[in-house]
Amino acid sequence: MQGLGVLIRKELREAVRSNRLLVVGVIFLLLGIISPLTAKYTPELLKLVGTGQAGVKIILPAPTVADAITQYLKNVAGTGIFVAILLPMGMVAREKEHGTAAFVLTKPVSREAFLAAKLISLLFMLTVGVVLAALATYFYTAILFEPVAIGGFIGCTLLILLSLLVYGLLTFLGSTIARSQLPAVGIGLAAWVLISLVGIAPKIAQFTPSGLMEPATALAQGTQPQHLAFSLVGNVGLCVLVLVVTWLAFRRQELATAGA
Amino acid sequence: MTTAVSCLGLTKRYGEIIAVDHLTLDVPAGSIFGFLGPNGAGKTTTLRLLTGLASPSAGSATVAGMDISSGGTALRKQIGFLDQSPQYYGWMRGRELLAFVGEMFGLRGAALRSRVDEVLTLTGLAEAANRRIGAYSGGMRQRLGLAQALINKPDVLFLDEPVNSLDPAGRHDILGVIAGLRGQSTVFMSTHILADVERVCDTVAIIDRGKLLVSSTVSELQDRYAQPVYTFEPEPGMEPQVERLLVALRAQPWVGELRREQGSVRVLARDPHAASREILGMLSSYGVAVQRFERGRPSLEDIFLRLVGAQNTEKATAH
Repeated sequence: MQGLGVLIRKELREAVRSNRLLVVGVIFLLLGIISPLTAKYTPELLKLVGTGQAGVKIILPAPTVADAITQYLKNVAGTGIFVAILLPMGMVAREKEHGTAAFVLTKPVSREAFLAAKLISLLFMLTVGVVLAALATYFYTAILFEPVAIGGFIGCTLLILLSLLVYGLLTFLGSTIARSQLPAVGIGLAAWVLISLVGIAPKIAQFTPSGLMEPATALAQGTQPQHLAFSLVGNVGLCVLVLVVTWLAFRRQELATAGA
Repeated sequence: MTTAVSCLGLTKRYGEIIAVDHLTLDVPAGSIFGFLGPNGAGKTTTLRLLTGLASPSAGSATVAGMDISSGGTALRKQIGFLDQSPQYYGWMRGRELLAFVGEMFGLRGAALRSRVDEVLTLTGLAEAANRRIGAYSGGMRQRLGLAQALINKPDVLFLDEPVNSLDPAGRHDILGVIAGLRGQSTVFMSTHILADVERVCDTVAIIDRGKLLVSSTVSELQDRYAQPVYTFEPEPGMEPQVERLLVALRAQPWVGELRREQGSVRVLARDPHAASREILGMLSSYGVAVQRFERGRPSLEDIFLRLVGAQNTEKATAH
């Protein structure tokens, strides 16, 4: 992969200079912070709303660590999908649109390196975001509830990262196929809708990103996950398949120069 | 003569459209080669094929002795390429982009810094080197484009309309840089500014609708199409007389083509002997007083218009 190091450095500099890394970090950090806070204070807010209204008595169980974990999964793996879709939508399409892909690929760097550098940058930004969310959730859960078992929580976080990576890679494929960013994000969102629809069937759902949520919850709560191996194999397989299709789509793709 | 670029039946089809049609030509190593054609003639497509951005539908080509279809990164190491509307990463600074390109060519450390400084000075960008590219004018981007294309001291330099965004002074500077490459690199320059080609190119090829019309040295071309061109500049206030004269000239069998440009009239003679006998007499008999009258060789523009015009006339007749 000739030129990989140079291209990775360029991608990471771009992520910093364009503030993309900062925005991703802040979004995930906020998602991480609000998860245990929501779990802790939502029942109290509901009680406050009910208080003083004649005939209304709200009885809610005391919030637990399990609620904080549920919120963590809902926020980071759920809302995070949109970040995972928006982040890679222009990675290749924008460069093709502006002619910078043609500029780079007339230099002695391989197309594999061009794609790999962007994928590494995508993985890096998602990882930074998810790690920040995880640290925030872990910290606030420990303060507001009790510390979560670290091993299981790391396992849970890795599964969330994998689920986001699937959506990110599907959008990255869209960005590689499409000539501009808009169709790329359309492909990412269509993949999300399709996966959500497929996920209605439990037997198939376990092989999709949403199927990772059950084992992620179980790992964080210290219980035995039901279908961890199936979900891992299914999602890692999906990632590999998407990467292969991406490469096949890009390896002989004709690239326009800016003025063409 | 060694060839730096060689095309053999190079063809590119997009569905029904043939963008490049069995192009066969050789570009001598070390020469400055002007690749001419009207808009949509297939110049940019040819450059995209030769730089590996597109694959040929048929035929083959070699650049710096390597096949364009299999040369890969080894071939790209030997070439430089400047796009016609260069767009680079707006968030980078000029110097940073050049360092990035240099690194892609394997330059590091002091060698990289020194080469970046060299090309910045050569292209007149040293003062703007630390500005963001996003704030560059079109002309500055074109200079930066030439700088990045030169960073690896390429064997073959492909330039697609290299001076089209530059002001006259910038055009003069950049053509000077290109002329200075003669003998060191082979320059394959696509353009439709014929005066620039006449100024710097040794050899030219003219294409239209993807087909090669002619390929030769500039002087051979002028010899081959050596029919003289008579140029006269009427005195002010001669418009009615000039109009009558032009009508009469158009009717003469020895007149190949008539053109009015910036106050003067150019007459391409089909029959030089008849022209030299009659043209002065006609000026006199139609009462056209002239400030200037000269007989010269056809310019590249005359030849270009004649070739491209003839091609288009043939097409129109065929339809």
